[in-house]
This record gives sequence, structure tokens and C-alpha cells, in this order.
Amino acid sequence: MARYLRLLLLQLRMSIALGAQYRWDFLTQGALSVVWTVLGLVPLYVALHSRPAVAGWTYEQALVVVGWFTMLKGVLDGAVNPSLVLVVEHIRQGTLDFVLMKPADAQFLVSTARFEPWRAIDLFAGVAILVWAFRLIGTAPDLSDIAVSTLLLVVAVAVLYSLWIVVVAAAFWVVRLDNLSYLMSSLFDFGRWPVSIFKGAVRLFFTFVVPIALMTTYPAEALLGRLAPASAWLGVAGALVFALVGRFVFTQAIGRYTSASS
Amino acid sequence: MKALSAYPTLLRVGFAGAVAYRTEMLVWMLTMTMPFVSLALWSAVAADVPVGRFDQKSFVAYFLATIVVRQLSGSWVVWELIQEIKSGALSSRLLKPIHPLVVYSAGNIAAIPLRVLFAAPLAFVALASGGAQLPHEPHVVAAFLLSLFGAWVITFFVMVIVGTLSFFIESSMSIFEIWLAFFMLLSGYLVPLELFPSWVRAVADVLPFRYTLGFPVEVLIGMSDDAAIARGLAIQLAYGGGSAVVALVLWRAGIRRFGAFGG
Repeated sequence: MARYLRLLLLQLRMSIALGAQYRWDFLTQGALSVVWTVLGLVPLYVALHSRPAVAGWTYEQALVVVGWFTMLKGVLDGAVNPSLVLVVEHIRQGTLDFVLMKPADAQFLVSTARFEPWRAIDLFAGVAILVWAFRLIGTAPDLSDIAVSTLLLVVAVAVLYSLWIVVVAAAFWVVRLDNLSYLMSSLFDFGRWPVSIFKGAVRLFFTFVVPIALMTTYPAEALLGRLAPASAWLGVAGALVFALVGRFVFTQAIGRYTSASS
Repeated sequence: MKALSAYPTLLRVGFAGAVAYRTEMLVWMLTMTMPFVSLALWSAVAADVPVGRFDQKSFVAYFLATIVVRQLSGSWVVWELIQEIKSGALSSRLLKPIHPLVVYSAGNIAAIPLRVLFAAPLAFVALASGGAQLPHEPHVVAAFLLSLFGAWVITFFVMVIVGTLSFFIESSMSIFEIWLAFFMLLSGYLVPLELFPSWVRAVADVLPFRYTLGFPVEVLIGMSDDAAIARGLAIQLAYGGGSAVVALVLWRAGIRRFGAFGG
């Protein structure tokens, strides 16, 4: 365990060193991600501001969801997607063999291969939106609510990661899809709004199949103090199931990997 | 003239390429989820009371039409150009006795038949939703096709402008991202422009973004009268011509510098 922690820190340090080489990029990318975050707020403002609650959410409450969305987007773009792009590249070029030969767990190595440190800005932006939203609402969240929503943040990251590892596994079968990461990001965009604005089958899809509701709406509801405890436990259980499925699919896929050359 | 006679062949090559990478293309098209994200929000807002002259049905028509227009007027030349300038692959294109921009444009246009296949069902749903008055007078249909072409011309040449900037600077991709951010906001892609406060609308009317998406969409779902259509087409012509001239000038200057790399 300690060994893997050391390994993680090492991989992280390498990514930071790599990122620090391109300081200008660091600045522009950081500035751009702030621009995108602000941009994402515009439709919400136009649609919900100074209007009665829509689907059970006022503008201020929906802002809490956007805050969570922004933080998770930072995790997705900073810690999950960069490695995905790298793995697909490895599979295509046949260089994944070198990763598999190393004396550590393949899934671990593959998942921590690259981070984009400047995405941390999204985390700060997300927290800023949360603070702002609660200032508009006029109350501070309870400590217990903060604790539950932090737990759900861990759950959300676990689910996000498990979905991602399944996508990586898909790349073992259909090598040509180097735009899979874009597909994933664009699916994740649906997490911007509270899940209750979706109806019928779409809402079921986003609650159980690609549980975006679990990732952004549940933590927001927890922070607002209106999430049923049963839903929180359901979320934890769901995350466990997703993690196990992810691990299983990945080991199956790696067993079928035949490299690029032959 | 040589370029003109080679164009049909270039289109055939481009079409074959599009067919060969059809799965990739389909995935690219599927990534265009943002209109659905917007649609979900707006139809929830309009569930009880209509917003302006938009009710739930007209939001469905509007956002499906944005997908149709974006599919049919899209271009990806900026990614191609930046990548080829940085990797030096542009050299081999420069050796050919035909202007690279002509080849790029043929590649983009040739993909449209496949994109129509994808856009057709959406257009059908938009039609069936009952929220749109699709044009049936011949002159409006013609105007829509023209506006679609105008949108493509502006998009293509703006992408070429940004792409050629990478002859001169490193971070041209970031510049394109800034363009994209303004596009999302001021073209009617995220929010129909009508729903913005009037001063935002006035700004959007003058800037090019609306004419790459919002204007054809409005023509398609019957939100524009004849005068507005004529005015829009004229502005499209101005922006299209202007961006083409700037693109060609920048291209010439850039090519001279590119030679300096030694290719």
C-alpha cells in the first residue's frame, strides 16, 4: 500500500514537472478554464434567475449543482481524461507493452500516467461558486451536511473513475476511437443541471446507467440539507458496484490484449 | 481554373475518406450533446409558462435545428491546419500543384453527405414536434440554403485565419478556444439570442458569431421575416468575403515564414 502511495506521488511529481515546462500554456489554460466556467453560468442565469423554482430548484440552489459540476469537471479533465488519452495512444502504437511489463498493477499504472495540474483551478472555481451560492441563499450549510457531501464527492470520483476504466477497456477492442474522451466529457455535460429537470427514461438513464445525478445532484442536495439518508447510502453502494464492475471489465480486457504488432 | 477542374476528384477523395472513418465521424457527431443539455434546461423552464415567444415545442425545434445547422456547416480545418503546420506535414501539401486551402475545403464539403444522414432524423423530429414553421416557399428555402453556405464560409475562413496564426505564434489553439467561447455565447448555441437582454442582442447582431449559426437556425424554423433574411444574408456576405480576404493574406505571409523553417 505504502509502495503504491509512493508511486502515486512520483507519477504526480512527474506530471507537475512536465506541466511546469510549459508555463505559458499553464497560464492560458488556467485562464481559459475560468472563462468556460463563467460561460457555463450564463444559460443558468438567463433561464432561472428571477423566475419561480423550476423542477424544484431555484437559481441559487441550482448554482450549488453547478459548483459541484465544476469541481468534478476539474477532476475529470485534470486526473482522469489525460491518462485516458495516453492509454488510447499507447494501445494504438503498441507501446502499452512497456507499461504492462513494469512490476506494478497495470490498472494503477495506466490510471495515474498523467495529470494536468492546472485543472486545480477548476476545483477553486467550484468552491468559489459554492460559497457564492450559499451567500445568495443566506444560510451556511450544517457541518453534518458538509460531511455527507464530502463523502458523496469521494463516491462521485469513484464512479467517474470506474466509468472511465470501462471506456479504456473498450479501447482494447475498438482501437480507432481516440475521441472517446470527448464523448465522455460531452456526456458529463448533462451533469450541469439538477437531474430533476430531465424526465422519464432520460432521468432513469442519468440516475442508474451513467449516474451523473449521483455525481452532481446528490452532493448538492446533501449540502442543501435535503438529501434523504437512504439516497446517500444507495450512492455509496452504487459506487462500490461500479468500482467492482470497472475492475472486472478492465482485467477481462487486458487479458484479451494482443498488442499492436501481431 | 486547374483547381476548379480538380475539385470533383477532390470531393470524391474526401468522401471516400469520410466513409472510411465513418465510426470516428459518428462518435464526433455524438459528442455534440450541448444542444440537448440546453434543451433539457429550457424545456423544464417552459414547462408551465412560455418564455417570450418560445414554448416547450419551439425550444425542441430550435435546439434540434442548431444541431442540424452545425452539422451541415461545420468545419475542422483549424485542427488539421495547426497540427500540420506544427508537424511539418504541410510541406507535402505545398508540393502539390494545387492550393492547400482548396484541398481542405473539399475535404470538409465532402463529409456533408454523411452528416446529412445523421442530421436528417433530427430534422424530421424537429418538423414533427410542431414547434417550427418550416419554410415551404421556394425563396425561403433558397435563402436557408444560402445562409447555410454563408455560415460554412465564415466558419471555414475564420478557422483558416486562426490556423495560419500558428505560422507566427505557438498558442493559436488557445485563440481558437476564445473564439469558441464567444461563439457559444453569442451565436445562439447555448441560449436563443432572443432571450438575452436587448443590449446583448444588439452586440450579437453586429458580431460575426450569430451568422455562423443562429441566423440559419432562425430561417429554418421560420422565425425571420423576409427583411430580416435579406439583411442577414447581406451581413453574411460581408463577413464571408472579409474573412476570406484576411485568411488569404495571412496565408501568403505565413507560407513565406514557413519556408524559413527549412521544411
